[in-house]
Amino acid sequence: MEAVIDKLALYMQYPFVRYALIVGVLIALCSSLLGVTLVLKRFSFIGDGLSHVAFGALAVATVLQAANKMTVVLPLTLLTAVLLLRTGKDTKIKGDAAVAMISVTSLAFGYLLMNVFSSSPNVSGDVCSTLFGSTSILTLTKHEVWFSVFLSVAVLLLFGFFYQKIFAITFDEDFARAVGINVSRYNLMLAVIIAVIIVLAMNLVGSLLISAFVIFPALSAMRIFRTFFAVTICSATLSVVCALAGILASILAGTPVGATVVAMDAAAFLLCCLAGRLRGA
Amino acid sequence: MPQIVCENLSLGYEGETIVRDLSVSVETGMYLCIVGENGAGKSTLMKAILGLRAPLSGRVAFGDGLKKREIGYLSQQTDVQKDFPASVREIVLSGFQGRMGFWPFYKREEQERAERNMERMGVADLADRCYRDLSGGQQQRVLLARALCATEKLLLLDEPVSGLDPVVTADMYRIIGELHRSGVTIVMITHDVAEALPCATHILHLGRRVFFGTRDEYLREMQDAQGEKEDRSAWKP
Repeated sequence: MEAVIDKLALYMQYPFVRYALIVGVLIALCSSLLGVTLVLKRFSFIGDGLSHVAFGALAVATVLQAANKMTVVLPLTLLTAVLLLRTGKDTKIKGDAAVAMISVTSLAFGYLLMNVFSSSPNVSGDVCSTLFGSTSILTLTKHEVWFSVFLSVAVLLLFGFFYQKIFAITFDEDFARAVGINVSRYNLMLAVIIAVIIVLAMNLVGSLLISAFVIFPALSAMRIFRTFFAVTICSATLSVVCALAGILASILAGTPVGATVVAMDAAAFLLCCLAGRLRGA
Repeated sequence: MPQIVCENLSLGYEGETIVRDLSVSVETGMYLCIVGENGAGKSTLMKAILGLRAPLSGRVAFGDGLKKREIGYLSQQTDVQKDFPASVREIVLSGFQGRMGFWPFYKREEQERAERNMERMGVADLADRCYRDLSGGQQQRVLLARALCATEKLLLLDEPVSGLDPVVTADMYRIIGELHRSGVTIVMITHDVAEALPCATHILHLGRRVFFGTRDEYLREMQDAQGEKEDRSAWKP
């Protein structure tokens, strides 16, 4: 045990480890808050879809050799999020089908672009690290950390301030609209927030595993708690704990960061299922 | 004074008109039942009144001090709601959201009114229970309490008793009747005309034949129609 603590203390001296922890925890917090709403609105897959779009956009940015890839990735992902969340009603292609379609298309195009216009000798390595996050969270610069902190704080403030509105439109969109809440505006806000989180989270877990960040904490919390407030708080707490534990474990054991955190999330879900069963019985 | 006036309203989907040229006015204190076959446009009419769906032509106007946002609405249950983790109190309070503007917290006065509305609907002792664990009748009463938080003037109810057993249905009609007697205007869509007729003051029948008038006129019309049918069948050789 002492050896473990020593090893951790040693690692903590490195700024990149501290950065990874800060950013990881913030992203986990933000995505879990939004996850509750998305899961309840039957948009569990939007994280998956958007992250694949972000992957495609990243490929485009690489091919264009954009100086700052974010300038390509963020707007494209935002646009898709807005389009996807407004397809809820009155569209020919229904929500889940639209998400699936856009998701696979951008994945395919992204890979295709990266292959055809490959700029580095190790294409499959590049693709793998974008998909699974690999070590990019350990190479964050100070700028990127501040950027993440700023965006996360903005997301937290927005969520806190509009918590009641978000509850109202998640529970009953028609009623909310009937009593005069500008539902489209809040849906747009949610779409923008989720897109920002996805782009941030790509660094951490890569595009394949982001969905886990969004849905696992919410689903786990729903096994145990029965009020919206409790579910939200529990989801956020669980997500932060799992992210912390996952990142530390991955540093100690030398495993991939994203996959380790997701494994923690999955384990927490199983525990919550058990706890829910015991409580229900 | 009418609270809602629909003038020459035509409703429908792309290229298909369901309701044509409908003019109806809902007076303060009415208990209006909207009846008619499936697909006759009952829910569509309600959504047009609420501003959730634009009419093909015609207009909906509000009067007698009723603002567009002062309508309480009880919609048909959605899938999302059936397994939603939320306490009764959270849901009832959310009825105030429309009038709160950007302010993120509930005032003490609103919390007290929510408690009163829960008592009125007989769900006060369920306040901390989870919505998805309640029975169908209890869920409807929770949603009614929420609608009352949005307004005390006018309630639009879309099939409030669908899926409820006969005892709970009767209870539901009794509660709605009490609300009406306490001064709330009621507009209700219903399938089951026989159950709803005794409480209603006015009837709107949508379908091939459109009828709007008091309940007694409606009953007379029904009898006449019935009589005609019998006359005709008597003529058959």
